[in-house]
Amino acid sequence: MILNQFLILAALLFCMGVYGLLVRRNAVMVLLSVELMLAAVNINLVALEAFWQTTEALGQILAVFIITIAAAEVGIGLAIILLIFRNRRSANVDELNLMRW
Amino acid sequence: MGFEDWAAEPLNWVFLAVALATTFSGLRVVTSPNVVHAALFLVAALAGTAAIFLLLAAEFLAWVLVLVYIGAVIVLFLFGIMITRAPTGRDEAQVDHHHRAPAMLVSAALFVLLAWGLLSQWGDTTLDRVTAGTPTEVLAEGLLGRFVFPFEVVGFVLLAALVGGITIARRDLSPAEERERESG
Repeated sequence: MILNQFLILAALLFCMGVYGLLVRRNAVMVLLSVELMLAAVNINLVALEAFWQTTEALGQILAVFIITIAAAEVGIGLAIILLIFRNRRSANVDELNLMRW
Repeated sequence: MGFEDWAAEPLNWVFLAVALATTFSGLRVVTSPNVVHAALFLVAALAGTAAIFLLLAAEFLAWVLVLVYIGAVIVLFLFGIMITRAPTGRDEAQVDHHHRAPAMLVSAALFVLLAWGLLSQWGDTTLDRVTAGTPTEVLAEGLLGRFVFPFEVVGFVLLAALVGGITIARRDLSPAEERERESG
């Protein structure tokens, strides 16, 4: 196995996440794309950890932190989307122009 | 390392199959017009990620990913999709912006940039020491030893975020309803 096959797969997943982030209108779908990007970052960390083989497995520890933060982000993000939906009857990000100048 | 050497290693074929499945599912996550399908394709993409972790001998992380993401986060997502009545039909205009070309251009350009950087930095560096796998003991010693403070902080962040989520998503009662609840 070469290192780059993992890193390029991660880059591909990340770019698909970027595409979804830009193109989706529904806020829940935007969060789904963010999850895709975070998964890509985790692949990167684990692959580089497998390459360097640090004695404390630093890359994997950082990936554990990222997974935890992602779970927190989904929880609070969906709560905010829920509240916005309740107030505005829509969860589309392009209709949230209340604070637009 | 030529292509013959690469193809002679059976694990590489496993990687290729997993990578193709993951890429396809990831693509469907961002292109599927049906929101529920997109969430379910995310399950497949994350399962592929877990398989990649197994290939890289990170067993603990692979199962954490399955447990936390596929077990909990996706359920939360499906819940959010149902509650916000996200469009589940086939009408693409409802889920996507109509300006798709610039987004495609941005992500393609980003990918080209990243791939160029990675290829020029790593070339065909081999990853030949992935055999033993990381013992969970090492991770535990890291998380509860040197990184115990960030570990506790991140746990507290998770708790605070979930409490905050409940508080935000809770519907406030109207004064009439509150009086009714107090009396009854």
